[in-house]
Amino acid sequence: MDIILNSGGTFVILAAVVGFFMAWGIGANDVANAMGTSVGSKALTIKQAIIIAMVFEFAGAYLAGGEVTSTIRKGIIDASYFVNTPELLVYGMISALFAAATWLLIASALGWPVSTTHSIVGAIVGFAAVGVSAEAVEWSKVIGIVGSWIITPLISGIIAFIIFNSAQKLIFDNDKPLQQAKRWVPAYMFLAGFVLSLVTIKKGLKHIGLEHVDLGFVSFEIKGAGGFYLAAIVAVIVAIIGKFFISRLKFDETLAKEAHYVNVEKVFAILMIVTACAMAFAHGSNDVANAIGPLAAVVSIVDNGGEIAAKSAIAWWILPLGGFGIVAGLALFGHKVIATIGQGITHLTPSRGFAAELAAASTVVIASGAGLPISTTQTLVGAVLGVGMARGIAAINLNVVRNIVVSWVITLPVGAGLSIIFFWIMQATFS
Amino acid sequence: MAKNSILGVFAKSPIKPLVKHIQIVVKCSKQLIPFFEACTAKDWSEATKIRRKLSKLEHDADALKRQLRLELPGGLFMPVDRADLLELVSQQDKIANRAKDIAGRVLGRKLEIPVNLQAEFSIYLERCIDATEKAAEAINELDDLLETGFRGREVALIEKMISQLDAIEDDTDGLQIILRKNLLEIEKDLNPIDVMFLYQIIDWVGDLADLAERVGARLEILLARK
Repeated sequence: MDIILNSGGTFVILAAVVGFFMAWGIGANDVANAMGTSVGSKALTIKQAIIIAMVFEFAGAYLAGGEVTSTIRKGIIDASYFVNTPELLVYGMISALFAAATWLLIASALGWPVSTTHSIVGAIVGFAAVGVSAEAVEWSKVIGIVGSWIITPLISGIIAFIIFNSAQKLIFDNDKPLQQAKRWVPAYMFLAGFVLSLVTIKKGLKHIGLEHVDLGFVSFEIKGAGGFYLAAIVAVIVAIIGKFFISRLKFDETLAKEAHYVNVEKVFAILMIVTACAMAFAHGSNDVANAIGPLAAVVSIVDNGGEIAAKSAIAWWILPLGGFGIVAGLALFGHKVIATIGQGITHLTPSRGFAAELAAASTVVIASGAGLPISTTQTLVGAVLGVGMARGIAAINLNVVRNIVVSWVITLPVGAGLSIIFFWIMQATFS
Repeated sequence: MAKNSILGVFAKSPIKPLVKHIQIVVKCSKQLIPFFEACTAKDWSEATKIRRKLSKLEHDADALKRQLRLELPGGLFMPVDRADLLELVSQQDKIANRAKDIAGRVLGRKLEIPVNLQAEFSIYLERCIDATEKAAEAINELDDLLETGFRGREVALIEKMISQLDAIEDDTDGLQIILRKNLLEIEKDLNPIDVMFLYQIIDWVGDLADLAERVGARLEILLARK
């Protein structure tokens, strides 16, 4: 107990620094996965992608990152087990951060695909189960989280399949695909806007203390139907803006019939800007917790003088810190990362990219709202396979998919092992 | 860092090289038209030059075929069957091989088409090359097929092209029968060995259309399987 009162400040600073570093790593690394498909299908330039990613990653982290942060902070571990030894929880959370950050660093240097979500969850479970006691882990929650890692790619795959099929029916398999595209693409924009703003409004705004939104002439209670109306209004605005940009597109009408799909893809490219925003937002909302969840736990214990408060809110500065961390990573390294992936690029057209991104973003943001820490990349891979099932992608490299899955599985024990080692070191140093 | 991104999941599309392959094949077989013109004019040095060009194109097609095979390892998840794609490219490649055989045989023997068969022969040749062009046109649609997810109107469009291809091949069969009949009438006045080879060349030119039709058939199988 005393150690927390005496060196609490040190712990918070330590956790904040590592947490910021993690967020920075997430920004530098994962942006490729969140924005890669947009750049790859040439819907966005690298510069545009970076700007969109910065704005929407931050917004996602700040506005909708709260639920997942809470889960990482207090959902995995049974806090009652630490009532008499809160310092163990502080050590553990800092160790988990160190472990995940170290693993992220190693894996990035070696070019392995890693999931920060998997490493942080593995790390937290690791220190708690081995360093403290197996009973300190809320196994039912952990099983739920691991289960969600299997279910979310599946769900996003199914959604992607349905979205792509609907686009084929409504737009491509038609006499005048261009006109159909102009008609239906705003509807997809509405869908993207609605899902995102609904989750944000329902689950995110309370973390920043908003209970109702007042538009001057009308005000909405976030709880109840008001949130739905507000989300619908936001979505309509998104669709109208999208429609405006579509109407400004210049088409080469002289092109023969078979080249019409080139024009159709131009419409989808606009849609893909919307889904890229959605993807960045979803990514920010889910992955920020990996960096700042443990930090939030440490801060809450120290602020309460060693008491583990079950109900305390997340300190106001934590979500923005994570958001800034991600943006800093993006600003420094995002350019390089996206440029590398932009080169070896494939024949991914915007009409496929949007289906995958919309499905993945919706799934991720819903998971964020439910407080489930899931892997954004995993969900996106699921969505890509979904589009592939609908015969939309020329070739998907299943070996790469397998490698990605294997590296995720390996990440769990590695994260756990590292965090146990760090935990023992911290315990030896401070007690 | 490129490796740890989602984009590694997307493999190189086999469709673009496949389309490029048949374009080279058609370009290669089209060389036969100026080639036979040069032969008719007995301009053997020009014919040699064209044959060289034709042979180079055949070579390019071969290289592209090999590259396509190498870039199509197992473990790819594609909207079409891998075996079908490989079979299709083999079938396409045979057209170029046949064109090269024809030019080689004619030039090697300095074989001349008898004067009163020349007009018919060039019509026949052009019709056979039409068939290869039609096949290329159908293959060209693969890109748009991918756009529509291999169903709907695009499939109907390709099926129409394939039936047009069949019609052209029927045409060439008719032309071949007439050509053979006319050759039969004058063959006793010609060098018997030349006549043997003339029959062979007529056969081989007909093969161009046959092979083109088989490309169409392969494409149909590829579309029908899933």
